[in-house]
Amino acid sequence: MDFLLVQFLTGLANASALFLIASGLTVIFGVTRVVNFAHGSFYMLGAYLAWTIVRALWEWGGREPWLFVSGLLLAALAVGAIGALVEMILLRRIYRAPELFQLLATFGVVLIVQDVTLALWGPEDLPLPRPRWLRAFVEVAGERFPLYDLILIFVGPVVLGLLWLLFQRTRFGILVRAATQDREMVAALGVDQRALFTGVFFLGSALAGLGGAIVLPSQNANLQMDLAIIAEAFVVVVVGGMGSVPGAFLASLLIAEVQAFGIVLVPKATLVLVFLVMAAVLMVRPYGLLGRPQAHARAPTGSVAPVIRAAPGVLKIAGAIALALAAAAPLYAGPYALTVLIELVVFILFAASLHLLMGPGGVVSFGHAAYFGLGAYGAALGVRFLAVPMEAGLVLAPLLAGLFGVVFGWFVVRLSGVYLAMLTLAFAQIVWAAAFQWVELTGGDNGILGVWPSPWARDKALFLWLALVLCLGATLLLRRAIYAPFGYALRAARDSELRAEAIGLDAARLRLVAFVLAAVAAGIAGGVYAYAKGSVFPTYISIPKSVDALLMVLLGGVQTVSGPIVGAVAFHGLFLTLLQWVEWWRAALGLAIVALVLAFPEGIAGFVQRRWEARFGAAS
Amino acid sequence: MAKTTRRLFLAAAGTLAAPGLIRAQGTQPIRIGEINSYTTLPAFTIPYRNGWQLRVEQINAAGGVLGRPLEVIWRDDAGRPQDAVRLAGELLDAERVDLLAGTFFSHIGLAVSDFALQRRRLFVAAEPLTDALVWEKGNRYTFRLRPSTYMQAAMLVEEAAKLPARRWVTVAPNYEYGQSAVKWFKQLLSARRPDVEFVAEQWPALGRIDAGATVTALAQARPDAIYNVTFGADLTNFVRQGNTRGLFERRTVVSLLTGEPEYLDPLGDETPEGWIVTGYPWDQVNTPEHAAFRSAYQQRFNDYPRLGSVVGYDTITAIAEAIKRAGSLDTERLVEAMRGLPFQSPFGRCIFRAIDHQSTLGAFVGKTALRGGRGTMVDWRYADGANYLPPDDEVRRMRPQTT
Amino acid sequence: MSSIAPVLEARGLVKRFGGVVAVDQVSLSLRAGEMLALIGPNGAGKSTCFNLLNGQLRADAGEILLEGRSLAGLPPRAIWRLGVGRTFQITATFASMTVRENVQVALLSHHRRIWRFWRAARHAFVAEAEALLDQVGMREQADRPCGVLAYGDLKRVELAIALANAPKLLLMDEPTAGMAPAERIALMELTRRLVRERGIACLFTEHDMDVVFGHADRILVMNRGRLIAEGDAAAVRADPAVREVYLGSGTTSGGH
Repeated sequence: MDFLLVQFLTGLANASALFLIASGLTVIFGVTRVVNFAHGSFYMLGAYLAWTIVRALWEWGGREPWLFVSGLLLAALAVGAIGALVEMILLRRIYRAPELFQLLATFGVVLIVQDVTLALWGPEDLPLPRPRWLRAFVEVAGERFPLYDLILIFVGPVVLGLLWLLFQRTRFGILVRAATQDREMVAALGVDQRALFTGVFFLGSALAGLGGAIVLPSQNANLQMDLAIIAEAFVVVVVGGMGSVPGAFLASLLIAEVQAFGIVLVPKATLVLVFLVMAAVLMVRPYGLLGRPQAHARAPTGSVAPVIRAAPGVLKIAGAIALALAAAAPLYAGPYALTVLIELVVFILFAASLHLLMGPGGVVSFGHAAYFGLGAYGAALGVRFLAVPMEAGLVLAPLLAGLFGVVFGWFVVRLSGVYLAMLTLAFAQIVWAAAFQWVELTGGDNGILGVWPSPWARDKALFLWLALVLCLGATLLLRRAIYAPFGYALRAARDSELRAEAIGLDAARLRLVAFVLAAVAAGIAGGVYAYAKGSVFPTYISIPKSVDALLMVLLGGVQTVSGPIVGAVAFHGLFLTLLQWVEWWRAALGLAIVALVLAFPEGIAGFVQRRWEARFGAAS
Repeated sequence: MAKTTRRLFLAAAGTLAAPGLIRAQGTQPIRIGEINSYTTLPAFTIPYRNGWQLRVEQINAAGGVLGRPLEVIWRDDAGRPQDAVRLAGELLDAERVDLLAGTFFSHIGLAVSDFALQRRRLFVAAEPLTDALVWEKGNRYTFRLRPSTYMQAAMLVEEAAKLPARRWVTVAPNYEYGQSAVKWFKQLLSARRPDVEFVAEQWPALGRIDAGATVTALAQARPDAIYNVTFGADLTNFVRQGNTRGLFERRTVVSLLTGEPEYLDPLGDETPEGWIVTGYPWDQVNTPEHAAFRSAYQQRFNDYPRLGSVVGYDTITAIAEAIKRAGSLDTERLVEAMRGLPFQSPFGRCIFRAIDHQSTLGAFVGKTALRGGRGTMVDWRYADGANYLPPDDEVRRMRPQTT
Repeated sequence: MSSIAPVLEARGLVKRFGGVVAVDQVSLSLRAGEMLALIGPNGAGKSTCFNLLNGQLRADAGEILLEGRSLAGLPPRAIWRLGVGRTFQITATFASMTVRENVQVALLSHHRRIWRFWRAARHAFVAEAEALLDQVGMREQADRPCGVLAYGDLKRVELAIALANAPKLLLMDEPTAGMAPAERIALMELTRRLVRERGIACLFTEHDMDVVFGHADRILVMNRGRLIAEGDAAAVRADPAVREVYLGSGTTSGGH
């Protein structure tokens, strides 16, 4: 009983930090509609800055509690200023761009901040020395409970109260609330939107910074903090209802307690718990605990999508030449070039499958890596448990991915917008956690090795041709589907669900079929990839892999049919170049992403298409 | 930067000239392809890189190996096994390296090892600790330098068995390394002390420990002693919560790797005293080999060596010795040379065992202590790896004997 | 009762929202070739009534029969399959498609060719689509994206889409809202002609009394959820209850 109480209090203390970061994220989303991946980076910066500032203050005035608190607040303000700066320099320029591009840009910021932090503070974990009063404890039901954790328990409610006062009593707060409910309305009232957005970023980032700062006495500032917290923060925000601060508060309590008791009940399956909670909440309450439907139900890509026209002849010829060059590669290229080429065709299919969902389907998946990974695992599990040959493995791959596509898709297509994206993320994380922690089945992080091709396909050239046939074949089939009646109906359901239903189209079923097709195609890509590499790992399903797919599609252009192909080539090329030749490859990749977002907000293929049509007119 | 650019040109030229053209021999450098988690675990891998850089410079200054200088082409796997595997392919096919080395994480080591087997090239695994690398999944082409989880667990079990403690709990990161470290500790300790029981276990996800809740859950089991395998950021969080919540009071803690400066230094003045650990008391080991290494390292990098530095240093030493012994860069001859290869580490003489390709590099076993607000190791001794390996017939049983 | 069975027949429709009775015991019937206007002041229950008929809302009581077949519980897309075309108060078209493609999608759906994944859709039903566009006078603009059309043109595209499944019944929610007066007349003339030619039954709501009195064969007047009057233009004009409602609300013509 005492144990339960102490565990409960521990959960409450953890909830506070979680609430601080999640409340910042939810406020930013509520007003600006930016899904801010960089929020975890602000949290990390809060910890690092607090480490520097508090130590400097202690150096100056002794290890006093008030200097500690001042240091935390200063760090929070500094992070707030950094957040405002990022908003002014970068995000302000892309509010008109599709929402996903903003997400991409913030992901670029994540990469840049990681390397900047590494450069400024070095690679080692930085502990804040704890003076005696930070190590103090109180007796709770006969157990020792850290005094600092006890204080933390109250920080969450106090911040909630302060935010409530801010939103009720100040003009800024009232504008924030109004903008959360109806952004266009506030703009129409002649409010200076730029100042409002910058202010909101300052507030949200400062909250994240404070969240990072207050955990410093119990954990080191370290370079993994950003991505460790961001997934959880998203869960809290989504479970609470996006834009709802009280919702974030409730959800942070829920999630923190689930974690605190989860490690007692299922110590080996901790990773999956929070995402199961999130999936369950979204199935029952599609807008989170205290959220409400978003004003715009669909069209998550923002502006009106352009008309899709048949590719001009030049493009077809260029494609045929590229295909011929790829197929003839064994004649002129070394083995490494062939490896890269195989990866490239795999990624082209991976990107094309996501594009079917995101472009014509209007369904933004943050968890598309799940189906790539399921394909890879489908093949690998076949090898491991059934010892099937490659030919059968390549059938199992899309089968497993498609099966999960049906199950997950059935829930996913009932939601819309960011909630939909978050449910796909939750499902992907569940699959990832299973791959990672269900060691008996999947081998855990060791993955499954020895997934090698059948003897006839061991030769690199033959395997390349196999990959070309399967991956590019599937890509072309997806392309045909987009131009076929199905693709038109899918776009119709995206453009206007009301009208689509009024001409007899079942929008949910169309999207479900698109989801399954995309899962199957990603599964094929994953299966081919598994045999190309000889191994599969849980990292195939991880968030960064899903982000890779998003990057490829967005770089290429969501609303052009050739976009995913161009995007996969550009992304993979960029990634390889940077990974190999640049020591600070993360910062370089981040800068490249930001630059591309600013220069080509409609994607590379979209940009080319626009220039082409401006010069030569649209093909019919 | 200049070097990077030059390498770019070389690579471009290499790609164009490939595949038929054979690289000119002679004073061309011997190329070692090295892969590690440089951006994921910089705290370990940067001292590690310093270590191998130092050794490469020393060897090249002394005229190289077989009259040719060593060149290390290194890559960052970003902590992802699939990246490591593709980089291994890139190093072999595009960079035309003569052998592969490196890796930190156990699962990445296993992945590269499998790749090395497939491609029949030598892979000298520097750091990954999992036993599978040389036993269950051992192969002809893979050799591992560091003492494995089995060896380090055995070193700790030797001490743990002397304790009166009977109720044990374990806490370990939930991945290959943690699972393997706990498995061996339980097995070896139970064999020596049938009276012990393991009453609870915690498996925090790597880098994601919920320290307060974990500590409370462990305390709930009322253990006599604790076996800890967490490291890095998880360890600091665990120690801080454990200190405040009194988890470590009147209990013995036996802890893997915690004495390594990489993990001990961040604990600062909160370093718990009296933990039985494996580690590296760099400032106290004064054998001539180590003193020479330490001063050379400090002179070159203006920093003290971490354990990673020794691992990087020894990796190059072993490779250089193997090439000398083989007198060639032919993989099969290199493999034969590696089997039973003696080499000199700052820690002493070691060999790569022929039976399982594990080196006998040892570790220091001692207790943690606080000196001047910093953690350090006391009462330590060097545990020679050769003494902490299972009997040969057991090794043969675990390791596939077909290769 | 006429000897020809009504296309649409609704009996005793009731719809409540919480405590409010939005539609209260409404019955109506509609014959082929007939233009029936449903009018009433704001909040009279016209739109609710409309949404009961097209399946968007489910009635709490009453029944709806399309050529004698009950529509109870059917979703909009199933009702459409039975031959009910719709236009919306705020136009709903597919902005990422051309005018022709908009009609083609409706035709594809009508001919149950949606679940095809191979042959390009732009070659499907081109002639039919253009014939429909011809009828609404949009053929010249067939290649323009719907996203860039003028509002009046969009309304006509909607009409073409609504005609694609050769409907027996056409439901038009404020067909002329947001249009210039000249356009209104033109659109209603067009609708009336199509209804006559094709023998469609057409039910529309409308704010503009000129449109109503000029084009409806029969008029139903709603107020507070109930039908208060029914008849041709002259009869409705003369109805004291109607005069009361409209004079009371101060509106006799003009939109909002």
